[in-house]
Amino acid sequence: MRHIISLLMENEAGALSRVSGLFSARGYNIESLTVAPTEDATLSRMTIVTSGSDEVIEQIYKQLNKLIEVVAVMDLSEGEHLERELMLVKVRAEGAVREEMKRMTDIFRGCIIDVSDKTYTIQLTGTGHKLESFLQAIDRSLILETVRTGASGIGRGDRILKL
Amino acid sequence: MELTGAEITIRCLQEEGAEYVFGYPGGAVLHIYDALFTQNQVKHILVRHEQAAVHAADGYARSTDKVGVALVTSGPGVTNAVTGIATAYMDSIPMVIISGQVPTYAIGEDAFQEVDTVGITRPCVKHNFLVKDVKEIASTIKKAFYLAKSGRPGPVLVDIPKDISNQKTEFSYPSSVSIRSYHPAQHSDLEQVKCAVQLLLAAKRPMIYAGGGVILADASKQLTELVRLLGFPCTNTLMGLGGYPATDKQFVGMLGMHGTYEANMGMQYCDVLLAVGARFDDRVVGNVKHFNQEKRKIIHIDIDPSSISKRVKVDLPIVGDVAHVLDDLLAELHGTKEKPDQQAIAPWWAQIKEWRGKNSLVYKNSDEIIKPQFVIEKLYEVTQGDAFITSDVGQHQMWAAQYYKFDKPRRWINSGGLGTMGFGLPAAMGVQLAHPDSHVACVTGEGSIQMCIQELSTCKQFQLPLKIIMLNNRYLGMVRQWQQFFHGNRYAESYMDALPDFVKLAEAYGHVGMRIEKPSDVEPALKEAFGRKQQLVFMDFITDQTENVFPMVQGGKGLSEVILAEDL
Repeated sequence: MRHIISLLMENEAGALSRVSGLFSARGYNIESLTVAPTEDATLSRMTIVTSGSDEVIEQIYKQLNKLIEVVAVMDLSEGEHLERELMLVKVRAEGAVREEMKRMTDIFRGCIIDVSDKTYTIQLTGTGHKLESFLQAIDRSLILETVRTGASGIGRGDRILKL
Repeated sequence: MELTGAEITIRCLQEEGAEYVFGYPGGAVLHIYDALFTQNQVKHILVRHEQAAVHAADGYARSTDKVGVALVTSGPGVTNAVTGIATAYMDSIPMVIISGQVPTYAIGEDAFQEVDTVGITRPCVKHNFLVKDVKEIASTIKKAFYLAKSGRPGPVLVDIPKDISNQKTEFSYPSSVSIRSYHPAQHSDLEQVKCAVQLLLAAKRPMIYAGGGVILADASKQLTELVRLLGFPCTNTLMGLGGYPATDKQFVGMLGMHGTYEANMGMQYCDVLLAVGARFDDRVVGNVKHFNQEKRKIIHIDIDPSSISKRVKVDLPIVGDVAHVLDDLLAELHGTKEKPDQQAIAPWWAQIKEWRGKNSLVYKNSDEIIKPQFVIEKLYEVTQGDAFITSDVGQHQMWAAQYYKFDKPRRWINSGGLGTMGFGLPAAMGVQLAHPDSHVACVTGEGSIQMCIQELSTCKQFQLPLKIIMLNNRYLGMVRQWQQFFHGNRYAESYMDALPDFVKLAEAYGHVGMRIEKPSDVEPALKEAFGRKQQLVFMDFITDQTENVFPMVQGGKGLSEVILAEDL
């Protein structure tokens, strides 16, 4: 099953490699991993999307907790949560397609953040599912480049991961 | 007064009460060696290879309750040390390794003797640090010792670039340490302890299975009291030997791949299993699916939550320091009205007695040729069961574990998890330094000993009167045994050709060498060797080439699918 795990860790050099090293050493899946400092500059927040049986997820949770620099871990998928991902897509946008592409972007509530005479760069946010739907909705042959951040997650309401 | 980073490093070791540092100098640690030179409190033991420095620190730590310390230089110093670090990591041994690094301004430039030490060691340390500011040396070393010893112990590495060890700052050693992201479990959940007592008292076919965690937590006193109070059978893992006295009638021997028949059958068919500081690894429970075919309730005490339900799902986990949890269990047992019902478990003991009747450790002795098991039995007799025994890895290790009856903890020193050949001799050096007046023997084979044989030179320099008990069968015995059983007798590269004359070799290093070829000479030779209190004696026992280790549970098989010597 797919799980989305959030963790807070010391914002120190090498901390990320301890997490990614743990996943590769123990053969756990990483679908995506995002990391950036939080409002407290000493802490980084990481969101890992992974999958595995309940036993494997339990081990991932425990092994992450065991890392000395990991401050707190939460399996967001155990409760109500939100997840968002950002995608940038550069598409060929010429002639009639130009108007069509603008319309599709509006329908998906994206925005065009760069325009050239032949291309648009579209920014979209949403769940991974929504981003994929967009890619399916447009003519694939027009896609020049896609960049995705991987999911970031947060608990709903009172579910808070904090020091 | 301002001190250099190197001086601070040594002062930190003094503050931590480190008696010995095992190491090898080199460019990146020259400042630290210079600081060592000007003091007498911390004694340096110069090994002949960095792997041995770490094994020696490891043996020192295992045979005491202290943190072992090793000091190595950058680059090859570190890569040589990695086997030792991984060995300690797998067996959760508290250790601090200080490594030199190229100067901070050269890091990343592929400088001479540069490796990414933190990167290379990351998967085999509890934690590691690269110190980039001289002001952080003291607090980092304080943290390193704290991390190494607390919680589930393990090796911690501190990498110090050469320029940092030469810069100056004020020295003050922190009196305490707190790491906001690290809170090892201490006390158990008392509700869980109550539930455990109820389960134990209701058991009809109980079994207590205790591992290295008992030794590391210094909890063998509590374990022994608990086992006797309950009247249950107790088995130890390879790492747990000595945690419960082996000569006690409730001890059913070691379990696992080469465990006794009664221990393995007891594990398989018990109805309540109390696991204490053990981790259900593949060499202990074999095939998990087969193990799970029998229904039993499992209580698991361990300090590391990730050890719980990793391979075998448990019913009642108790996370905490093994000694504290056992104290709580004992208090609860003493406080409760119900008492262990010996009548209820009498049929189970009758069953165990029947299994014991198989006499699974029996071997056919000979007047002609030395049987390796016989050497261990005589070693046990001659040392009156009171020696520190280190071992290497292979058949000799299993025979030592099976036939030397350890009644005390921290007497049996071996590489259980990683299975590192070459461990025994350097580990024995650390043990002998920690216990200068005790008998220390290294049980080894002619394969393993050659992996760190250069340490005979260290033993000479520091006058370590070890007794090396080499079971020489001219084969990599355990490899040969597997080839015989599972690879159609094709002995690929398991034959040790062109062996040196070990007697002359020992003599060349300035020690006493003995070759023993007749069974009748075994005991007198051992007596003579252990009588030479000031000398290292290298004993080359020419043993039966064809002897195998029994009982044996093959990899992938279940505990009750055991092969006994009589089956072949």
